[in-house]
Amino acid sequence: MSYLVLQGIQKRFGTTIAVEDFNLSAAKGEFVSFLGPSGCGKTTTLRMIAGFEPPTAGSITVDGLDITHRPPNRRNIGMVFQSYALFPNMTVADNVGFGLRVRKRPKAEIRKRVADLLDLINLPDKGDRYPWQLSGGQQQRVALARALAIEPEVLLLDEPLSALDAKIRVALRREIRSIQRQLGITTVYVTHDQEEAMSLSDRVVVMSEGRIEQIGPPPEIYNFPATPFVASFVGTLNLLPAKVVDAGSGIVSVAGQQIRTPKAITTDPDRSVTVALRPEAVEIGEAGGANRLTGRVEDVSFLGSIVRTRVRVGDDASVSLDQFNDPALAAAAIDDTITISFPPEATLVLAGAASASATIEEAIAEV
Amino acid sequence: MTGPDVGSRAPEALTSLHNATVSKRRGRPSGGTILSWVIFIAAMLYFFLPLIATLEFSIRMRPSGAAYTNTFKDARFFSSLAYSFLIGLVTIVVSTLIIVPTAYWVRLRLPRLRPVVEFVTLMPFVIPPVVLVFGLIRSFSTGILPLANTQLGSDVLLVAAYTILSFPYMYRAVDSGLRTIDVRSLTEAGHSLGSGTFRILWSVIFPNVRVAVLSGAFLTLAIVIGEFTIGAYLNRPAFGPYLSNIGQNKTFEPAAVSIISFILTWLAMGVIAFLGRTRQGRTTGVQVGGGH
Ligand SMILES: Nc1ncnc2c1ncn2[C@@H]1O[C@H](COP(=O)(O)OP(=O)(O)OP(=O)(O)O)[C@@H](O)[C@H]1O
Ligand SMILES: [Mg+2]
Repeated sequence: MSYLVLQGIQKRFGTTIAVEDFNLSAAKGEFVSFLGPSGCGKTTTLRMIAGFEPPTAGSITVDGLDITHRPPNRRNIGMVFQSYALFPNMTVADNVGFGLRVRKRPKAEIRKRVADLLDLINLPDKGDRYPWQLSGGQQQRVALARALAIEPEVLLLDEPLSALDAKIRVALRREIRSIQRQLGITTVYVTHDQEEAMSLSDRVVVMSEGRIEQIGPPPEIYNFPATPFVASFVGTLNLLPAKVVDAGSGIVSVAGQQIRTPKAITTDPDRSVTVALRPEAVEIGEAGGANRLTGRVEDVSFLGSIVRTRVRVGDDASVSLDQFNDPALAAAAIDDTITISFPPEATLVLAGAASASATIEEAIAEV
Repeated sequence: MTGPDVGSRAPEALTSLHNATVSKRRGRPSGGTILSWVIFIAAMLYFFLPLIATLEFSIRMRPSGAAYTNTFKDARFFSSLAYSFLIGLVTIVVSTLIIVPTAYWVRLRLPRLRPVVEFVTLMPFVIPPVVLVFGLIRSFSTGILPLANTQLGSDVLLVAAYTILSFPYMYRAVDSGLRTIDVRSLTEAGHSLGSGTFRILWSVIFPNVRVAVLSGAFLTLAIVIGEFTIGAYLNRPAFGPYLSNIGQNKTFEPAAVSIISFILTWLAMGVIAFLGRTRQGRTTGVQVGGGH
């Protein structure tokens, strides 16, 4: 069932370790994203799959075949680059047909396949244009067609949309996903945009400093982050530093105020943990659930359909909460002291201390 | 002819020429415009005055135009010019075959060696042609490769020497041409599509530096046509030694020969430019800097 398998992959550049202990097995037709901040080793891992960098340890197999030491031109793996990397001296059709010409396919077959692929990427009449005559989005679609032309066993995309502007990015990522589904091609997609990873992938690999933090489907990554890093990098969870008060009944204290979490905690009392809290489950007032926190309103921002309020509940802890923006809504005023409430089920205890009041805005600002 | 003074400046001029075709034209403040024109006119006078003087002198011979008819009657004029053109073209081909793969490989795999390679290609500006040609003759007149003893062997040595003279122009031109494309990504894209390095070099890299190769080729051709020292010492029937020879024996004809050779050389450059003209001046796709 596993089609692309990376086992114990490590990559060292001199003394710096770019990737370590990387294990992944992807099913045929699966869409996997590598998500993580800059420098965490996403590209390096992708380049090892493509064959551009030899791993310093570990093995890579595709469909049961060990390709760890194969040169890239004998792997049959398609690659789409952030910079498009279209051959500037060739027309769109020649670019798309390049891999087939290398494989010495008959001319008629190449022409047919190129035409089919140009249809697939919605550029049927651009075959005799040159890359510089196309927009960025069109160029990247051509690059995708070129990579698909060789019917690769695995398709790799390294931040393919990051040079494009926001609107095209969203449209093109849908197109990429629909083509990928149509062809059922096993795909690895590198991005540092969590929304992109979440909306596209069957599974997301969250990476930090060369290591895998968590692998899972998007809802699992979002709702049950395995580490404080995942929680802070993915989604908008509130991360509150807390001390364990009663491990057995799951009671912790946040800035001196006790709250209940849904499960027994496995770490010892008095140990530092991090409580992750979903902003949409928090309400102003006491109607939201059994847990109460009191604090001072620090910020109120209108984000279109929602209003986000940030409440400081302690020196090193603040909670962001979201309310739907309807005309009748009485938003809190800055510097008000208010009580917020939420059910125990909206919380998740993570091992390890979070950095002080690490809400997602700050986590993203660091990236 | 290739004194260090003129020569060392030429590659920069070449580079900026190349960049000028890439970058867009910009507006200039009008105060600078007058100065620019003054400099431009001065440069034009500096360049054209000797030519005009030569032309004027060449038509003084009576009956009128005799300097030219005499020149055209001299079979050695055509044969030496043809010989030097041929040697020039072979030199351009050899130099291109050496420089393009070298510059490509250095950019791709050995970027830290780039200053070293650049320095090596500048050697012709440091070592005078006399030294070069004596070194060649001494090394290749005896021993396992006595090339200097045969006509064909001497032709080979001549091309070899001219190839070395062309390095600074060719390397600078090709290297700045490579800068306009994303060598690494294009190479990797080619590899991932199943291509070998040779094919990538031939069908992706080379076509994209063709304009750069052409600008190096112009200078190479001009140098080869006018070169005297190496051609003379290797005793080849080249144009430079012929020109020098009639310069010592005739009065008006050398001026006529200069004018004709000047026109023919420019015509040849025009032909080369025309042959390599297709799709020049285009820009490559986006160049996304930074991480990968
Ligand atoms: N050729 C190299 N030589 C030395 N170090 C390298 C090399 N390539 C990558 N690294 C290092 O390996 C680490 C991982 O780099 P990588 O490019 O894989 O990060 P990334 O996750 O793709 O980041 P980004 O989002 O910025 O593209 C970085 O610390 C980087 O400095
Ligand atoms: Mg990267």
